[in-house]
Amino acid sequence: MLTAVAERHTRMLLTGDHAVAYAALLARPRLIPVYPITPQTPVLEKLLELQERGALAADVMTVESEHSAMAACIAASLAGARVFTATASQGLALMHEMLHYAAGGRAPVVMVNVNRTLAAPWGFWADQTDSLAQRDTGWLQLYAESAQEALDSVLQAFRVAEAVLLPAMVVIEAMYVSHTLEPVDVPEGGLVDEFLPPYEPPVRLDPEAPRQFGGTVSPAQWRANRLAMQAAMELALEAVEAAGRSYGELTGRPYSRVEAYRADDAEVVLLAAGGIAGTAREAVDRLRREGIAAGLVKLRLFRPFPAADIVRLLGDVPKVAVIDRNCSVGSGGIICQEVRAALHAHGVSRPQVFAFIAGLGGVNVSRDRIVQICRHAVKAQSPPPGSILEEAL
Amino acid sequence: MSILAAPETELLSPGHASCPGCAVALAVRFVLKALGPQTVVVIPPSCIAVMAGPLPLASMRVPVFQTAFETTAAAASGLARAFRARGEEVIVACLAGDGGTHDIGLQALSGAAERNEDFIYFCFDNEGYQNTGNQKSSATPWGARTTSTPRGKSTRKKDIVQIMAAHRIPYAATACPAYPDDLVAKVERAKGLRGTRFIELLCPCVPGWGIGDDASLRVVRLAVESKLFPLYEVEDGLRYRITREPAGLPVREYLSAQSRYRHLTEEGVSQIQEAVDLEWARLLDAGTHAGGVGAPLRLS
Ligand code: SF4
Repeated sequence: MLTAVAERHTRMLLTGDHAVAYAALLARPRLIPVYPITPQTPVLEKLLELQERGALAADVMTVESEHSAMAACIAASLAGARVFTATASQGLALMHEMLHYAAGGRAPVVMVNVNRTLAAPWGFWADQTDSLAQRDTGWLQLYAESAQEALDSVLQAFRVAEAVLLPAMVVIEAMYVSHTLEPVDVPEGGLVDEFLPPYEPPVRLDPEAPRQFGGTVSPAQWRANRLAMQAAMELALEAVEAAGRSYGELTGRPYSRVEAYRADDAEVVLLAAGGIAGTAREAVDRLRREGIAAGLVKLRLFRPFPAADIVRLLGDVPKVAVIDRNCSVGSGGIICQEVRAALHAHGVSRPQVFAFIAGLGGVNVSRDRIVQICRHAVKAQSPPPGSILEEAL
Repeated sequence: MSILAAPETELLSPGHASCPGCAVALAVRFVLKALGPQTVVVIPPSCIAVMAGPLPLASMRVPVFQTAFETTAAAASGLARAFRARGEEVIVACLAGDGGTHDIGLQALSGAAERNEDFIYFCFDNEGYQNTGNQKSSATPWGARTTSTPRGKSTRKKDIVQIMAAHRIPYAATACPAYPDDLVAKVERAKGLRGTRFIELLCPCVPGWGIGDDASLRVVRLAVESKLFPLYEVEDGLRYRITREPAGLPVREYLSAQSRYRHLTEEGVSQIQEAVDLEWARLLDAGTHAGGVGAPLRLS
């Protein structure tokens, strides 16, 4: 079985950005409206190279802004075309208005965002605030820790988005994932076609059956639309799990909403999303060797927030150390807020939740730093009310 | 094509929510009639968006996509390419106001025109933000009073047709609902071409311009006949053609028919007359010097 699966892959040395471009190739979108921005630009360049070589059939439309890229994605999606785009940082912020529009318009656009600091001041390095600040737009959000995960997650994002008719964002970190070369098993086209059949929406912009999309509604109709989106998000929770499972059956690489590592008997569990989770796995091994019963919960899905998984995995753990590479200024780490809210809402009071903010602005979060974070949580009597900054370690 | 030869099928139903006597509504009616049913329209926030809805009511018998204010041309670009990718022959048409075109939508429109995206863009120019109660836009002319220019606007109107022609798009034209034959013929011309096509329609607004609800067509006819709003077309940004020879009435007749210019002094009126004469001369000049074949540049 596994040999058969492996045979249907080609192992390539790819950066996260190039892995994303191969995912877009395999998903067979009809249209890719896109605008370049560091550190997403290699996605655009690779797509155009693949198109030039005749491998990519999609129409790549290089527009004049990210705002227009998203506007074009939404309209094309509502006309019945599978669409893909990618952006980062300022580009995502510029799209903000249209992110709401895509979700409210139920356009299953799939986009990759490369996490990068938002200006001012300018920076080009990893920071999750750009995508986490879009948490209320109605987009699904999946965080990938490696180039392989990025490729696999884009394909799963299409499947889920088109099933629940909500847009989906796959997030990778600037440089650490976007520009780092890794071996990636790229599935062959036929394998992906089995997983992702052509997109044909139930209703669309079609002169044969004229309909109006995006028009003015009454308060009651607007409310009904929001509630339908909320219901779709609840369906998405299950759809993400199902897509990860069937993707695993086809490729040998199964995925879940969250992923636990040595967390069963842990006294302290680290929780992180994206690239830091990969480093945290090594920190857990090292801590275990030192005799500290550490574990890891990797948050892959951020929207819809997998609250039940969090409660199941962390409900009985004495201490949890959340590492946020982001900061909602005036409040603190965004993922930690969500974790605390989920535990509180489910009446779980057991774990002491420590809020660490690390790696802001792209500062490296090394294995040693994560070990320090864990030791800090182990030693402390109880978590302080605010966030714990790296300077305090 | 004459309006008499235009299809009888109405694609804008009666009973929609425009003000009585609205010239935009009439212009939209002619435009949709001339476009025909194999059309999908994109509408940004505007009086036209009000006419199209509210959901679940729909006045237009073609698919409508209402997009965000500044995104008309970007959404139309995406639509046109999506239909092409699906192998479907569909006309994509934008129905926008001057706020959505001259102001907030100009970046997306310029981007699309530079890429020569395949759609027809109609700007129903009522010289202000009329849907929100008559604030100035960059299409509001010098001297006109709006709620945001209570003493009269102190800067000139943006010449959107020249801006579009400067992109060297295949077709740019002016039209108005008082000359429906000319309007329908221009839609037909545009339909026969591919790429970005742009038609600017001057449409008096009953409350915004301060005119009677039976006056729109008379007023816009005065704009044309006084050379203030010449009817013309430009191919590839080079070849100009004036499609109606204006009678050359004094611009005062046009101005005095509207309350938004009531405060103008004699000097103000003559300044506008001078500006109109100058622009008309420039237009004739552009027509005379419109040499060159305008062949598209191609990569070898
Ligand atoms: S406000 Fe003016 S443009 Fe708008 S519907 Fe009324 S008359 Fe027409």
